[in-house]
Formats: sequence, structure tokens, C-alpha cells
Amino acid sequence: MSLQVRRFDAIVVGAGGSGMRASLELARAGLKTAVLTKVFPTRSHTVAAQGGIAAPLANSTEDNWHWHMYDTVKGSDYLGDQDAIEYMCRRANEVVVELEHMGMPFDRLENGKIYQRPFGGHTQDYGSAKMAMRSCAAADRTGHAMLHTLYQQNVRTNTQFFVEWMALDLIRDPQDGAVLGVTALEMETGEVVLFQAKATLLATGGSGRIFYASTNAFINTGDGLGMAARAGFPLEDMEFYQFHPTGVYGAGVLITEGVRGEGGYLLNKDGERFMERYAPNAKDLASRDVVSRAMTTEIKEGRGCGPDKDHVMLKLDHLGPEVINHRLPGIREISIKFANADPVRDLVPVVPTVHYQMGGIPANYMGRVVIPEGNNHESIVPAFYAIGECACVSVHGANRLGTNSLLDLVVFGKSSGEQMIKDIRALPTPHRNLPKDAGEYTRSRLARLDANAAGERVVDVLTDLRRTMQAHCGVFRFPDDLIEGVKKIKVIAERAGRTFISDKSKVFNTARVEALELDNLVETAMSTIVSAEARKESRGAQARADFPNRDDKNWMKHTLWYKEGNRLAYKPVHLKPMTVESFEPKVRTY
Amino acid sequence: MDTLRQNRLKWKCRRGLLELDLVLEKYMEKNPYDAELDEFLELQDNDLWEIVSGRSDRYDARHGGIVARLRAV
Repeated sequence: MSLQVRRFDAIVVGAGGSGMRASLELARAGLKTAVLTKVFPTRSHTVAAQGGIAAPLANSTEDNWHWHMYDTVKGSDYLGDQDAIEYMCRRANEVVVELEHMGMPFDRLENGKIYQRPFGGHTQDYGSAKMAMRSCAAADRTGHAMLHTLYQQNVRTNTQFFVEWMALDLIRDPQDGAVLGVTALEMETGEVVLFQAKATLLATGGSGRIFYASTNAFINTGDGLGMAARAGFPLEDMEFYQFHPTGVYGAGVLITEGVRGEGGYLLNKDGERFMERYAPNAKDLASRDVVSRAMTTEIKEGRGCGPDKDHVMLKLDHLGPEVINHRLPGIREISIKFANADPVRDLVPVVPTVHYQMGGIPANYMGRVVIPEGNNHESIVPAFYAIGECACVSVHGANRLGTNSLLDLVVFGKSSGEQMIKDIRALPTPHRNLPKDAGEYTRSRLARLDANAAGERVVDVLTDLRRTMQAHCGVFRFPDDLIEGVKKIKVIAERAGRTFISDKSKVFNTARVEALELDNLVETAMSTIVSAEARKESRGAQARADFPNRDDKNWMKHTLWYKEGNRLAYKPVHLKPMTVESFEPKVRTY
Repeated sequence: MDTLRQNRLKWKCRRGLLELDLVLEKYMEKNPYDAELDEFLELQDNDLWEIVSGRSDRYDARHGGIVARLRAV
């Protein structure tokens, strides 16, 4: 029996900020556009973004895209592609003003313009000591406001949403490798349907759930990354994950940097304020990566807290209930709920926690997926696009600046939409023929799950995967740990091929969905640890004990990991911007 | 039929915020199906979390029971 086929001009997988910005562009152009999403659009993880969206509007202080570009290049530790960064910064004002006109409720100045606040790493005048006021926010709900605005606009333009549909695999044309659509599972019925399109965009978000300590919601299982890897596409710079120093131990929930700004500090098991040793001046206010590395060193050297000596403590009680309740809203509730510790009198257990994935599916600044072919490092894959956290454009390089993630979503959401419209309109025939075996691969994956009566439990494999990644590929990377970790993840990947589910029902079978998500997590974890083991330098979010310095001579290049053969390739960083002079690599100090 | 309702609700507990994922997962382990929860989850993620964490008491009186139960998780 062949699968049911549904035809669209364009398919967008994922309904977070980037996916819905792209679908809006497509639907406005009158194209028949489908958006597939595992959860209701306004429950996408974009909702968790609080900080704001960067744009050099210069409403409060002098600012311009050149300064923003400099900060982003430097923040990326010079691994970001400078043409893509220029493109993003130059379009920032435009896309933010568009959101404003769509009705997004930004905070405002008295003169009615969008209020802007400073944010770490964003400066004036090419890294001077003066901070730029560049972040546009809607209270502490910027992501939420963005999702709602975009969802309403999409409803108005008749974007067709397929809610509680999980995309499973890409369909490629064996002739030229073009992407012709996706297979997707309708959770309501358990049926698999073939979605055929003239252009397919992945906007599935990050994969922070591969780590045990993660601030990411449960939905962030790297679905697009798994789909791309299984279809033969490489994943770029997957070794770079940003860690946040203060996630609640055992839960991952974020405790804002603001607590250390208000005077909170970290202690090891001896009650020592250890940051004084690592950063005598900034102490606990040193940058995210410095604090995270210090915490990891303390734990590694046996000075961690608790029976397993695997976390440190955050001390806030000296601030008094006034400061904690009024200046740090929500922190007390989070600590009590997830750590069973009331910061007014108790220490709060914390651990560096994975927050954001800089790598992803290799794409250019128009959202087109690009792969090496012959002598061309970046050959365009016909009809295939990727944006947002699942893509590597690469504007964040080895380390992302705060408030640049929401900007990334909207700029490349719009540009990919524009490119897709152009490409679709240039096509000579409506839809190409699908290969005869389209969907067979997906069916074989599901058939295995249906057939296996015994095997590995999904939850066991998942727990081992997350613990292994945490122990072997965490914030501070040690050579022996990495080598051992690669071996362990290979074993876990084999186990994931033997998973079984006891519930074989079709309708709304969440166990089956979780088994399919595990496949995606496995691809992501493998790409991450293999890429990290191979990169013999420290740059941005990758910190190696054996290679503590950045090595521009040998490692100023992007990693490409391929599932087939678990092999790596590399490609050059775009050091040449579109119109301005290149920012030459310098030592990154703040 | 009960399993179906439970599974559907279980998936509705997948939210955009980790805070909610964790509380709802724990609650569902002990209460596989709670019709009040089903209705309460129609609210938006940020509103839900403010209510569940106790930062906000702005919720409909008919949700009093489920709010108290979730706050106790």
C-alpha cells in the first residue's frame, strides 16, 4: 500500500520563531504553505526567550550595524561567517520594525520609540567599554510575544498548520539530491503521510536534550538534525554548545545571571568562594564560559558538593529576603520547587547547564542548505532550506551573543522565505515525480518498532546517552574523556537500534514518538562528540584541557560531520564580509 | 479509551518551558488523567508558569483545585 501524498508549494517543519517568520513570507506571496509542528505553535521553545532581540535602532544610545557586526564576529571567536553576520546585522532594524508593525508589544520609551537595554557582549564603537543599548524586549516575555504575533499573522494569511504532526524523514531525488518533501506522522491517527513540496524548510530548533543538564524544554530533540543526517547531509560545527553556569542541579532550570549581579556567589564543598582564584577581579561576575569552566574544574578536582560531589552551591541568603523577592523575581520559586532549597536561608545546588546549540545544518544566509561537492565547499542543495537553531549559517560561530538568537530567527526566517518564493517561481514544472520508494525508509523504521517484542527500553538508552554526553563532552573537555565518550556513544547508538515499545497502538502513541525522537538525539549526540574530539583547540564554547588556546593556523575552519562512516570534513570560514573590511582575528577579551 | 485520553494529555504536557515540563511530568506520574488539568493547559506557557510557581494568583476560580495540586508537586 502506498502512502497518502499531500502536495504543497512549500513545507516548513517547525513552528517556532524562524519557521513562522518564513511561512508568513511564503503565505503572503500566495503560495500554498504547510507548517508541520509537534506541539501547538505558541508552545514552541522560542517562548522561553526572555532577554530580547538585538537591533541597532539607536533609540537610546548611538549605534549602527557595523558595531553590532563587530560584536557578533568577536563573540563568535572568529568562527562566524562574516558575510552572513553582516547580512544579519544590516537587516536587523528592518525585521524588528516589521514585528512592531505586526503588533508585537515592545516596551517603549516616553517618546514612543522601542525601549532598548544593554546586554552582555554588545558594545559601542567596536568593543569600547561603553555598552550599546541594543536589545528590544517585551517585558520578560519577548519570545512569547514574538510567537503570538507571528502565529496571528500566519492565521490571517491562511498558512495551513498541521499541529501534532511529527516530521520523520526527508525525501530526496536520487538524480540530483534535491529535497522533494518529508514523511510525517500524524499523532492523532498514527498514519504516515508524504508531504510533497517544491521547497522544504527545516526550522526544528535545537537539541539541548542530548545533555543531562539542559535548560531546553523536552521538545528540543534535534529532529531536523536527525532527519538531515539520515538523509546524507553533513552537520556543521556541532561541537559548539553554549553552557549557562547556573542551572539548578538535577533539573536544568535556569537561574538568571542577575543573581550574581546582585551579589550572589558560588561555593565549593569546603565553603570556599572559588571564583576568587579563577578570576580575581571579576570573580563570580566573569563571563559565562569562564565561570562554567571554573565550576567544572572544582567538580573534576573533587571539590564538588553532595554525595556524588557533582555540583557546586550558589549562595544568596546574605542578600536578604528583600533583594531576593523584589530584585530577583521567580528565583525563589524556582529554587524551592526544583532544588527544595529556599535561597533566603539555604544554598542552591547548581551546575553548568547546556543552553544553546551553535552548530546545525549547513546553510547560507538565504537559508539554502549548502554542502561540499567536488572543489566547491558550498554547493546548493536544490529545494532544501534550514534556519534557526537547527541551522548553522554561521552567524554565531563558536559562541552566541545574548539577544542574537531571536534576531537570527527573524532575519533568516524572512530571507529564506524570500529565497523559497524566488526558487519556487523559477521552477519549470509544478512538482517533480517522487521516487518509487519514497517513504519506504520511514516505514521500515516504524516497522522495526512495531515488530520488536523485546529489546532496549527507550528511557534507559536516553538516560545513558544524556549522562554520557554530560560526563564526556561537557563544558570543559578532557582528551581521555572524549575518546572514551565516542566509544560509549557508539555503543549507545547500537542500543538505540534495538529499542522496543510495548504499546503498539496507532492512535496517539506517545511511546512511539519518544522512540523516534531518540533516533534524532542519537545522531545529534554522535555528531557533537565526534566533532569535539577531533577539534584540537579551545575556541568559544569548546574548551579543551589539553589544547587551552585558540589555534587559528590549524583550526580556523568549520567542522562537517557525516553520519555515513561517522566521518569528518572541514571547510573554510568566510572571513570576507559582503561590503566592509574583514575583522581580523584578535584575542577575545572583555 | 482511557489510555488514549491519557496519552493525549501527556503530549499536551509538552510545553515550551522546561519548568512546566518538569512539574507536569511529575504530576502525571501520579495522576495519569485529570480533566481539570486538561482544561487548565489551554492557558499560555508563561501564564501557566506564573500561576503554578505562585508568582501570580490571576486564574479562574474553577481552576482552584488543579492550581493547588500543581503547586504542591
